[in-house]
Amino acid sequence: MKCIVVDDESASRAIISHLCSQIDYLELIAEFPNAMEAFKYLNKNKVDLIFLDIHMPDFTGFDFIDTLKSPPKIILTTSDRDLAIEAFEYDCIVDYLVKPLELPRFERAIQRAVKTESVPKVNTPDTKEKKDEKKELYVNIDRRLIKIDFEKIFLIEAKGDYILIKTSEKNYTVHSTLKKIEEKLPDHLFLKIHRSYIINFTRIIDIEDNSVLIEKDVVPISRSNRPELMRRLNLL
Amino acid sequence: MEKPNFLYIDNLCSGDKAFKARLLQIVKEELPDEIQKYRESVLSNNLPNIAACVHKLKHKISILGMEENYHMAERFEENLKSGSYKGRGEFEAILQVMTDFVEEL
Repeated sequence: MKCIVVDDESASRAIISHLCSQIDYLELIAEFPNAMEAFKYLNKNKVDLIFLDIHMPDFTGFDFIDTLKSPPKIILTTSDRDLAIEAFEYDCIVDYLVKPLELPRFERAIQRAVKTESVPKVNTPDTKEKKDEKKELYVNIDRRLIKIDFEKIFLIEAKGDYILIKTSEKNYTVHSTLKKIEEKLPDHLFLKIHRSYIINFTRIIDIEDNSVLIEKDVVPISRSNRPELMRRLNLL
Repeated sequence: MEKPNFLYIDNLCSGDKAFKARLLQIVKEELPDEIQKYRESVLSNNLPNIAACVHKLKHKISILGMEENYHMAERFEENLKSGSYKGRGEFEAILQVMTDFVEEL
C-alpha cells in the first residue's frame, strides 16, 4: 500500500514515517510539509493512502481534500478532537487519529484503510435538494453543537482558518472555511458575493456601486459575482 | 508543575535508539520556532493565530509526555477561540519547562 504524509510539523512526519516502517505492507513513498507540494505530487503520481494533518498554514486538510478530483483513502492526523463530525462528511476519510500517535491505534487505522472501499463523493441533485430543505445549521463551538437558523444569518465572513457567522442575535466564530459552509447553505437565501463574504441576500438594505449594505455592514461585491447577485434580485 | 519526560518517546521508539535521537533532535530544532511564532502572535494580539500556535505546541507537549499540561493547553486553546486569554500564565510556564528540558538534551 503506497502512502504519503502531509503535515507541516517535522516531528509528526518523523513519527508517522517511523510507524509506517513497523507495518510490512505500508510503503511511505513521500513526505510533504504543505498541501501545495502534495497536490503537485498527486497530479503526477498515484497513491493508495494519505496521512493528512488538518491544521496547516494557508491550506487546511479539508481544503486539500476538496481540491482532489479523485481522493485516495485518507487518515486524518490531528491534535483536534473536535473535527470528527466534519470528517465523517468525507467518504474518502477512513479514520481519524488524534496525536500523539501510538502504534496499536495506528495499526487499527491501517487495517480499516485496507478493508474500506473508498467511494468518491458526488454532489448529486438529491443532496442539493436536501440542503435546500433544511432550515438550520449546527456549528461546533467549544465542543458544543450550536443550532443557528438560516434565516437569522445575514453575513458570513472568512477570517483565516475561521469564519465569522453574523446573525441578528449574536456572532459566532467557527473553525471552518467559506467553501465548506457554502455547501451547507440553501441557495434561495445565500450568495457568495466576494471571496471573503457570503450574504443572505434577502437581508440586503441597499446596493451602491460595488458594495452591499446588509444590517450595519458594508460588504464589497467582487466584479465576477455581481452579475449573479443582480440576477437573484427582484429588480423593477 | 508536570515535568517533560520520555514516556511517550520510549514507548514509540521501542528500543530504536537512532530514531529516538532523531526525534529528539527534531523537537529541539522545531520547538523554539513554534514558541517564537506563538510569542509573535501574542504581540499582535491575534487570537485565532495564537490559538493555532497553541494547537501546534500541544503536540510537542504530548511528545514530551506531559498529559496534564496537554489538557491545560487544550483549555487555553479553547479559551482563546472564545476570545479569552485565561490560562496564558500556566501555558507559558509549560513552554518554559519544555524550553529548559530541550536545551539540556
